[in-house]
Amino acid sequence: MTEVTEISTVAQPRGFRPGRLFERIALLVVWLGLVVVYGLVLPQSFLSWGNFSILFASYSPAAMLALAIIVPLTAGDYDLSVGATLTLASALIGVLNVWMHWPILAVLVVAVLTGVVVGLVNALFILFFRIPSLVVTLGTTSVMTGLAQWITNSSTIGGIDEGLVMAVVGGRLFGVPYAFYYALIAAVGMWYVFDYTPIGRRLLFVGRGREVARLNGISVDRVRLGALVTSGVLSALAGIMYAGVLGSADPYSGLNFLLPAFAAAFLGATTILPGRFNPWGVIAAVYFLATGITGLTMLGIPLWVTNVFNGGALILAVTVSQLTRGREATDIG
Amino acid sequence: MSARSTLTNELLREPGANNTLPVLNVTNLSKSFGGAQALAGISFKVLPGEVHGLLGKNGSGKSTFVKILAGFHAPDPGGRLEFNGEQVPLPLKPGDFRRLGMSFVHQNLGLVSSLTVLENLRFAHLTAARRSFINWGAERRQAIEALARFGLTIDSTERVDRLSPVERALLAIVRAFEEIRVECAATGRPGLVLLDEPTPFLPREGVDKLFSLIRSIAATGSSVIFISHDIEEVLTITDRITVLRDGMVAGELETARATHQQIVEQIVGRSLAHRAEPLHDQTTEPPPFLQVENLAGAMLRPTSFTIGKGEILGLTGLIGSGYEEAPYLIFGARPCRSGILKLAASPPLALAAMTPSRAIALGFALLPGDRQHAGGVDSLPVADNMLLPDVGRFFRGGLLRRGAMLHEARALGTRYEVIPNNPVARLSSLSGGNAQKVLIARWMNLKPKLLLLDEPTQGVDVSTRVQVYAALRAAASAGMSIVCASSDAEQLAEICDRVLVFARGRICREITGAELTKDGIAEACYASIDLSGGTEHYHPTARQRVEQ
Repeated sequence: MTEVTEISTVAQPRGFRPGRLFERIALLVVWLGLVVVYGLVLPQSFLSWGNFSILFASYSPAAMLALAIIVPLTAGDYDLSVGATLTLASALIGVLNVWMHWPILAVLVVAVLTGVVVGLVNALFILFFRIPSLVVTLGTTSVMTGLAQWITNSSTIGGIDEGLVMAVVGGRLFGVPYAFYYALIAAVGMWYVFDYTPIGRRLLFVGRGREVARLNGISVDRVRLGALVTSGVLSALAGIMYAGVLGSADPYSGLNFLLPAFAAAFLGATTILPGRFNPWGVIAAVYFLATGITGLTMLGIPLWVTNVFNGGALILAVTVSQLTRGREATDIG
Repeated sequence: MSARSTLTNELLREPGANNTLPVLNVTNLSKSFGGAQALAGISFKVLPGEVHGLLGKNGSGKSTFVKILAGFHAPDPGGRLEFNGEQVPLPLKPGDFRRLGMSFVHQNLGLVSSLTVLENLRFAHLTAARRSFINWGAERRQAIEALARFGLTIDSTERVDRLSPVERALLAIVRAFEEIRVECAATGRPGLVLLDEPTPFLPREGVDKLFSLIRSIAATGSSVIFISHDIEEVLTITDRITVLRDGMVAGELETARATHQQIVEQIVGRSLAHRAEPLHDQTTEPPPFLQVENLAGAMLRPTSFTIGKGEILGLTGLIGSGYEEAPYLIFGARPCRSGILKLAASPPLALAAMTPSRAIALGFALLPGDRQHAGGVDSLPVADNMLLPDVGRFFRGGLLRRGAMLHEARALGTRYEVIPNNPVARLSSLSGGNAQKVLIARWMNLKPKLLLLDEPTQGVDVSTRVQVYAALRAAASAGMSIVCASSDAEQLAEICDRVLVFARGRICREITGAELTKDGIAEACYASIDLSGGTEHYHPTARQRVEQ
């Protein structure tokens, strides 16, 4: 905990400012409020361990995906292809493991390597041909979505190795499936790299001031390449988790994660370390949105409301954040 | 040369220059910023059909005058401005000038390079709010007509970024004239086109085309104000010249009777025979630290010079002379066309392979002129900005030691007098001067062997300047070599042991010892155009670029 307070003194000007402190924990407070309200309305169903453990497990691929996004975002690049990478990785698991009977471990290695390749391809066009990241990753999204449909014959492949399913949702720690802890491990790793290594400083300077970074001897292209490959690998891991959670490979539903994951990335930049993309903010944002949606679903509110909730929460949070911070430059842009 | 002042103009003014109503009549125009008097009551006239040169050093009040006309600055009360005999209510609002029949071409030309010639030329019409439909055929005809009026054969469908630099400048000037042409035709009164240094980045061949366009505009009866640092150009193109110095009119000249020497004296403000007391006496030459050979960039033509150990070498010249590129080229921050570095005790180094990280490894440091975009990141803390290049030092035992970083940043802040000395505050919370001290501290902390500076005290207050100068001198006497590119003659005289004056991409003067004074440097800059010779040694690549 001491470490957290130390970061805060670096990120914020000194002097105690209650407004700033509140801003950092506001999303957590609202989340808690949401849990209390749902708990009062639905004491039986909502406030059960079963409900929470499902919630934590089923949203862990989304959390992993949102974590993947903030790496290139911090370096100043958009990676829209994370959703399609997730889809392609899980489709490959289905095809190689179920149809071609490869051993699951070999399949997982291929899935992770796919993430590396996607990152390298994105980087080739973004860094070598100097095409805007938004355009490149929009294109690779479409290409990979098509490939995933091709290799799966546009069908859902069930019957993935039980070992993977067990490793992702089979075992539980403190009543919560392992999948959640995988996302937490990724968050801890990113927290360490972002805040406690020189790489984190370089990433931040590359994102905020490319020319400044370049003139200070930072190899800007190498940092951006690293960020893109990292996001590819993390989204492939999200794909593995998704296949494990479902027990099958679905070539369609993966893309549905993309917009909520971006919403969580930006929402997460309004909390914990406001103004910066930060892993704990992302985790808080993903599970805040998940809680809101789960409660609404349990209340029998129609499905379309979930989209409105996702988008409304994002716009509201970013607006409030911008209002409290005046016109300070932030990662949110 | 000025004898070329075309006949057309003489004829136009024939009815007696004294009776002619001036297009622009400026009387007692002043402007002060806080305590500083940027303009102290200037008065001058621009006659119809005349090309009027406006000359002066940086800070002489030229740009303040332009900004008053453009409506960016409100002049102090008491001044008068008459346009075609009618008094103009002051202050002008932005955009008012167009209604009066005045238009501007600024140095950056104000063209959108990704759009076509047609879209740029007809910009005002195409975006006018009351229009509901664009007749592209009619627009194209108008554009072709406008270009043909001046004998230009630029393709109206071409994208501006495919034009040569000269064609771009011509386009901007034609557009400026088009903006006022209809207005002038309607009222039957002459307009005024103001050209604010359109030439410094143009090759010589292009300048001739520009001048014939300017002549054609003047031949229509409208007037042109031509602002430039280049005395030779002003002597070639203008009919009359007004020289500003320290916010006052230092002289009004008929171009036909003016000499180069006379103009330099009026700009610099003293007769050339007189020399001020020297600040420096160069006794012994320092041992060389670095030899730069055949350094060439976008403006700089192959140039060689030596930097001594512990020497502060100044680089200066007029805008467009290329001196400001040298620090960036040596640091590998911009692509160079050629260049070799020779450091003592190591093999020669081709600059083509230089990168900022290699330069830092060699013990070089660069403080760029653009503090906000290239110097530091405003939205990040002072400590991170200060310790950026060698942040790896603080990574011990697998953790970045924030405590140690803050400690060191605070110590550096104390040493370089950063106020307030708060390493966790954002860089943007500091004033310009203090932000610059943070960046100087960053590079000094690396103990570089060579410190490269570009305009190190731009936008920095006077007391900070004194601190910066002291820090630089202390570092130099401890053996650091410093290269300072600056347009500020006073600053160079203050800190440098030696100053190289550039003109048209080459070194044309080396100033040392007794001549190394503020006035001596300023005079060398203005005289440099003459010394660098005429058009014969232009670099072939510059010519090729025009012909593309």
